[in-house]
Amino acid sequence: MDPERDTVTDDTVTDDDLGLAAAATAEPAPERLTERLLAAADAEDLVDVAYGVVDAPIGPLVVAATSVGLVRVSFDPADVAVADLGRRISPRVLEIPRRLDGVRRELDEYFAGRRQRFEVPLDWRLVTGPFARRVLTHTASIGYGRTSTYAEVAAAAGNPQASRATGSALGANPLCVVVPCHRVLRSGGGLGGYAGGLTTKQLLLDLEATA
Amino acid sequence: MTVPPFQGFYDQHRDLVWRFVVSLVGRADAEDVFQETWLAALRSYPSLQDSANLRSWLLTIATSKATDEHRSRNRRPAPVDAVPDVAAVVTDPADDGLWAEVRALPPKQRTALAHRYVGDLRYADIAVAMGTTPAAARRNVYEALTKLRSTWIPNETP
Repeated sequence: MDPERDTVTDDTVTDDDLGLAAAATAEPAPERLTERLLAAADAEDLVDVAYGVVDAPIGPLVVAATSVGLVRVSFDPADVAVADLGRRISPRVLEIPRRLDGVRRELDEYFAGRRQRFEVPLDWRLVTGPFARRVLTHTASIGYGRTSTYAEVAAAAGNPQASRATGSALGANPLCVVVPCHRVLRSGGGLGGYAGGLTTKQLLLDLEATA
Repeated sequence: MTVPPFQGFYDQHRDLVWRFVVSLVGRADAEDVFQETWLAALRSYPSLQDSANLRSWLLTIATSKATDEHRSRNRRPAPVDAVPDVAAVVTDPADDGLWAEVRALPPKQRTALAHRYVGDLRYADIAVAMGTTPAAARRNVYEALTKLRSTWIPNETP
């Protein structure tokens, strides 16, 4: 086989005098086929991570769940969040909004000021390391409308010196809003940091103060 | 390089797989073949080592599912007494005309044509998808075209 000849014919479909490409159906895949596929894939347990987008007053939140529970609440754009899930958990990530109905309902209630604690099961697998896990477990117990400080959380997690590591663990919180890292402030009252931006952190604190 | 999230892979290739399976098995059976193709892809997706040739890989699965469909259809009793029903089913242009002629060709020839003109694969990729050589892939396409040119009458159908 002459490789050059192969390239020439491959780059331009010169041999389609019958019009095969044009005669093939131009119809896109019917929408219901996607729904049917997702239902079958879900039933066969082939979807490792299901995600959806929740329209929140603080902007769109990407929420994702495994068979264990809610694994991610992210402020990132959907493509960034989904790529990250694919890398860190499994490439079998699919958008199945109804799998997130539970957390969507709880978030809606929370933002409407009608819910003070989240009850959906959590999957902590994106928390890396035992210290970060202790930090976030403690953070999850800070009550609605209350705040704590990095130093207090560090102490509660077993290492009072580790304010910086505590800040990192909170900054890497995979379950934003649901695990309320926005309730952790600097000693002295400064906001500190927040994955969703400081404006969002303040909005959440205001919401909890007035509801 | 690891494989991309399945959602993006599906979004990018959904319509391609649809056109490919409609071409290979006709509109009536395409929905089942489409579903079987994507379920099989999803089953083996995590074990893929890299993201090169995902398109050929996917169309290989689609070909295998389309072949299963052809086989099971051939096992079904021929609908000799059901001619009016069969005629009533043929409403989609995809079930008529040129690609219906293609579907009557031997398996390797019709598959090679679908890869070439619907999948838009290069001969090197067709060879990978069909487990053969580029030369053999080209020969399959050539022989199929020769046969079609001798039998296909463009104004035969509306």
